[in-house]
Amino acid sequence: MNSSQLLSFVTFAYGFAATFYVAAWVFKKTMPARLARWAAIIGVVVNVAGFILRWKESYDIGYGHAPLSNMYESLVFFALTIGILYLFVETRYKTHIVGAFATPIAFLAMAYASLSPNISDKIQPLIPALKSNWLIAHVVTCFFGYSAFAVAFGVSIMYLIKSRASEKENGLLARLPGLKMLDELTHQMVMFGFLFLSIGIITGAVWANSAWGTYWSWDPKETWSLVTWFVYATLLHARMMRGWYGKKIAYLSIIGFAAVLFTYFGVNYLPGLHSYGSV
Amino acid sequence: MKSTNPVWKFFVSVKLTVFLLLSLAATSIIGTVIPQNADPEVYFHKFGPFLFRLFDVLDIFDMYHAWWFQLLLLLLVSNIVVCSIDRLSATWKLIFPRNLVFKPARFEKLEKKERFSVKRPPDALEAAYTAFAAKKFGRRQIDKTEKGFVVFAEKWRWTRLGVYIVHLSVILLIVGAIIGSLFGFKGFANIPEGESVDHVRLRDSGRMLPLGFTIRCEDFNISFYDTGAPKEFRSSLTILENDQAVVKKDIIVNDPLRYRGISIFQASYGEMAPEKKPDHDFSTENIQLNFTVKASGMVYKRKVEIGKPVDIPEGHGTFTLMEFNPSAEFRGQNIGAAMFGVLSPLQGEPVEVLLPLHFPNFDKMRRGEVVISVADQEAETFSPAQKDDVRYYTGLEVNKDPGVWVVYSGFIIMIAGCFITFFMSHQQICIEVSRKGDNSDVRVMGIANKNTMGMQRKVEKIAGHLAKLRGNP
Ligand code: HEM
Repeated sequence: MNSSQLLSFVTFAYGFAATFYVAAWVFKKTMPARLARWAAIIGVVVNVAGFILRWKESYDIGYGHAPLSNMYESLVFFALTIGILYLFVETRYKTHIVGAFATPIAFLAMAYASLSPNISDKIQPLIPALKSNWLIAHVVTCFFGYSAFAVAFGVSIMYLIKSRASEKENGLLARLPGLKMLDELTHQMVMFGFLFLSIGIITGAVWANSAWGTYWSWDPKETWSLVTWFVYATLLHARMMRGWYGKKIAYLSIIGFAAVLFTYFGVNYLPGLHSYGSV
Repeated sequence: MKSTNPVWKFFVSVKLTVFLLLSLAATSIIGTVIPQNADPEVYFHKFGPFLFRLFDVLDIFDMYHAWWFQLLLLLLVSNIVVCSIDRLSATWKLIFPRNLVFKPARFEKLEKKERFSVKRPPDALEAAYTAFAAKKFGRRQIDKTEKGFVVFAEKWRWTRLGVYIVHLSVILLIVGAIIGSLFGFKGFANIPEGESVDHVRLRDSGRMLPLGFTIRCEDFNISFYDTGAPKEFRSSLTILENDQAVVKKDIIVNDPLRYRGISIFQASYGEMAPEKKPDHDFSTENIQLNFTVKASGMVYKRKVEIGKPVDIPEGHGTFTLMEFNPSAEFRGQNIGAAMFGVLSPLQGEPVEVLLPLHFPNFDKMRRGEVVISVADQEAETFSPAQKDDVRYYTGLEVNKDPGVWVVYSGFIIMIAGCFITFFMSHQQICIEVSRKGDNSDVRVMGIANKNTMGMQRKVEKIAGHLAKLRGNP
């Protein structure tokens, strides 16, 4: 059994969880929700196991580094952080409907990592610039930030759908959690994500300073993470202005997540230096 | 401080903040789409005369240092400073009150209150409840009422300062960056093995700057993984003062040498002499090339002459050999003798093809339909040079940034400030106990300045705890 096989299983587990969370929401049943929850828990546990196994494998080959150094590995870690964060939200807010909007993102990340022909799951050696403990701190914190924004994105979509429902409706939309709670949850997730994105940018800057002697050089990846940070700072402030509630915040959270995705994937198509993100 | 000064009013608004943050986000993108600080010719070629002049006037090619971008940052700083002064002067008394006053009315207004009853009179509960409130919340006040007592308690009032900490951190970052650009420098130096420098060239102006000491590169080593990817760049450096060695250190990427406030980083390297001897004896009279067609797997050998196109088998267009170079370079690495030619497919653009004599597999990297190589040459595997036959120079980044500690303290307090602002709140609870016959009726209420839902859960928990406390017999 190698880590790639374990991680293929994780893709399957998240896919199962996503399907059953949606089923639980659509058919208003608790049984699928319970199955989905177990699938998500098993997915997270095996995801962790695959992560650790891959770490060990890299030592066996003689490269010896944490599996956080290329696109495949970062997607696997992204899926893991979404899984963990979602389970936390489900436990704390006692609602499984969010699962229908959050676990599909973890599934997509894993499916993309496993299936995309552009992404190699080979364990590669670390180039000199990446040999730093700051790398681990940087990637881990960034991805906790990203996954919080991913959950916030799912919840914002729920908010927009729900806000179109009329009061008396008792179909699918009525089963979504209340607007007030969705708004609150978006805010909580954005705050969590903002803290971690800040730490991620900061650890990245400290790392750049130890590798190249400049903590900030406006390379496209850095700049896009700053753009993302500005968008979410806007959201946090906009909440304090009158008239910026609910929908507008949901839109900002969606724009913010688009910026996250661009920082993560899009930047590779721009001219720049941040070699690590490339496939 | 309610000011009517229009300038003050302009800077105090959160609308301005939102506008500035969005403008910074939007304009920052420009510099990621248009590569920064390239040669003017490159831009001219790419954009044509009109756009080039326009972008040049707007400093788009170095936009993060452009006056308008810096102005946005300056406005943001003014916005933060004015806003913080304005609000802090208003809330300071709230945050550090001379004497604490609890207002029962604020708790009465709450929608959710926890309520339970205990089979004991209020007097029996008072000590235990007070102790509990003291332990969980610290600051407290107990009032007697007609039917029992009320405990007010609170904690973390100071966390209302959290946002000011966040805002201060943003200011520190910008101040630190300004200090760095005013009093620091960024330079570089290429030092051949065994040689020394006492000047560095500055990145922005190209001026030479004396260091006040000497850096000698004793040795440079590079090692590779078996995949061919670089593993480590290592320079053995010695710092000399008046010809006396004072510091010796091997630096690698991520582990610089710091001396007298100046940091020396491993940034790049290069080779001083060609690693391969030029093949002057190679005859350009009788050249044969192998064309390997990917689709069929067939290999065809063809005789070629410089300047004369030949047809590529299986209808893949024509190939013209352009020149022979006894000592060619590829990405800064010397690859020895090589041919250079142009492949013109039947459809699509012609491509330039490099054919090193010693590396028959080299053209595979192009991933074309046809792989071309020079026939009948001794094959070597394409691998980086052996250490012995090259002399390297090490490329060092030499920087001084006295602002970095201001920036780093900004980093730390930003993290602390965000944590305080997001996850801690000023919490107040009110426990009201009234006699009902031999029992007590207990109500628990809680207010927080943030995260109302979280506070509700907390109040439920506290009520659960209190319900279990038996108090004195
Ligand atoms: C890059 C710049 C800035 C960052 C990162 C930032 C960050 C923050 C954060 C994290 C909060 C807490 C939000 C919350 O409680 O959910 C906040 C609140 C606030 N910020 Fe900023 N801020 C910035 C610039 C500004 C500026 C320029 C102003 C000036 C008007 C400002 C005014 C405020 C105000 C009034 C609050 C609310 C304080 C309160 O709730 O009592 N911020 N800021």
